[in-house]
Amino acid sequence: MRRVNPDERAKIAFWLNGRRVSGEAEPRMLLTDFLRHVLGATGTHVGCEHGICGSCTVLIDGVAQRGCLTLAAQAEERAVTTVESLAGADGALNALQTAFQKHHALQCGFCTPGILMSFTDYFARNPNASEADIRAVLGGHLCRCTGYAGIVEALVEASRSGNPAA
Amino acid sequence: MYEFEYHRPANLDEVGRILGAREEAKIVAGGMTLIPTLKQRLAHPSDLIDLGAISSLRGIREEGDRIVIGAMTRHVEVERSAIVQRGIPALAALAGHIGDPAVRNRGTIGGSIANNDPAADYPAAVLALGGSVKTTKREIAADPFFTGMFETALDPSEIITAVSFPKPQAAAYQKFPNPASRYAIAGVFVARFPNAVRVAVTGAAPCVFRVPEMEAALSRSFSADAIKDIKIPEGGLNTDIHASAEYRAHLVGVMARRAVAACG
Repeated sequence: MRRVNPDERAKIAFWLNGRRVSGEAEPRMLLTDFLRHVLGATGTHVGCEHGICGSCTVLIDGVAQRGCLTLAAQAEERAVTTVESLAGADGALNALQTAFQKHHALQCGFCTPGILMSFTDYFARNPNASEADIRAVLGGHLCRCTGYAGIVEALVEASRSGNPAA
Repeated sequence: MYEFEYHRPANLDEVGRILGAREEAKIVAGGMTLIPTLKQRLAHPSDLIDLGAISSLRGIREEGDRIVIGAMTRHVEVERSAIVQRGIPALAALAGHIGDPAVRNRGTIGGSIANNDPAADYPAAVLALGGSVKTTKREIAADPFFTGMFETALDPSEIITAVSFPKPQAAAYQKFPNPASRYAIAGVFVARFPNAVRVAVTGAAPCVFRVPEMEAALSRSFSADAIKDIKIPEGGLNTDIHASAEYRAHLVGVMARRAVAACG
C-alpha cells in the first residue's frame, strides 16, 4: 500500500512524454502544480482550477483527464502525456496544431493545450468525427477569445485529414 | 487544500483497517466532486483513501438476468460496455451523457451513487431500474438507499463494492441538462418490467424520487398520452439560478413523456 504522511514530501515518479521524471510532492499537491512548479513543464495551463475550464487537460495512460483534479501522487508510475509531446523534435507542428494555426483557432492561447490534448485522445479513437461529435467534446473546454468558430473549423479539418492525432 | 495523509491500498481489508483507525478519513473514487470540495476547503479529512489500485472493484459482468457493475468502473466503461449496451442500453446512454469526456474518463458509478448529488444521473437509473447497492457489509435496495440530499443509507465505514441492475423489458432516460455542467436540471428514467413500471426523477428535488402516479398510469397503459395530465406538485422542488420549482415541475412532465416515447 502506498502511504504518504500529510507533511511528508514523498518522491513521486512517472513517465512524462516517454521520459522518466521524478520530484518531491506533498499528498495535496496537484498534478498540474507538480508538472509546472516541480518539473518545469509549463505547457499544461491552469485556468479555473476547479475542473470546469479544461485548460489543464492531460493524458494519463492515454486517456484525457483534468490535471487540476488529479493529485500528483495519483499519477505515480503512470504515463502522463502533455502538449509538449505534440510537435516534432525539430519543432514542426503536428496536423492538429497546424490546423489550429491555419484557422486562427487561438488568440491568447490559454485554453489551447487542454483542447489539443482532449482531441489527441478523442481523434485517436474517432478519426472521422462529425462536427456535432466535435462540438460535444469541445463542450468540456472554455475559450474566452475566439467564440469557438475557428476552433471548430480547425478540428473539423484535422478530423477530415484522416490522421489528425499524428 | 488542507493537509491530509494519502493512502492507496491494494485491497478492501486495508481500506477497512484505515477507516477503523481514522475517524476523519475520506474515500476518493474518481474524485470529480471530492477533489473540488477539498480545494474549496469545504472538507478537511485527516486521511484520503484512494480506491484506484483495487482492481476487484472494477468491471462489468452478467449474472443471470442482472448486470453487475463494480463500484470503481468509470462512466466511459459503462458507456462503451457491450454487456450494458445489449442488456440495458438506456444505462449505457445515460453514462455517455454525464459531464464531459474528461469527467467520464475519471468519474465512477460507485462514487456518483455514494455522493448522491441531487442533480446526478446515476441515482435515477438505480432507483427506476430497482437496482441494488452491494457494499462491504450488505446489499441495499435502491428505495431505502437514497435517503436525502447528499445522504445515503451507507454507514461511515461501509464501502460500495458494486451496483446490480435487473434487465428491464424497456427503459429510457431523458434529461434537460444545464448546458455548461451537463448536470440534470430535470432528468427522468422510466423502466418497464413485466409486472411493473418504475419512474425516477433526478435534478428536480433535493433527492432522487419516484412518481407513483405516473407508474400506476403507465402500468395501465404504457404510452406518453397516459401521463400527459399528471402534474408534479411544485412544493419540495428546487429553485435556483438555473430554474424555478414551477419550471422544474413542468420539465419533469416533459422529460417523462419523452422517456416513455423513447422506450419504443
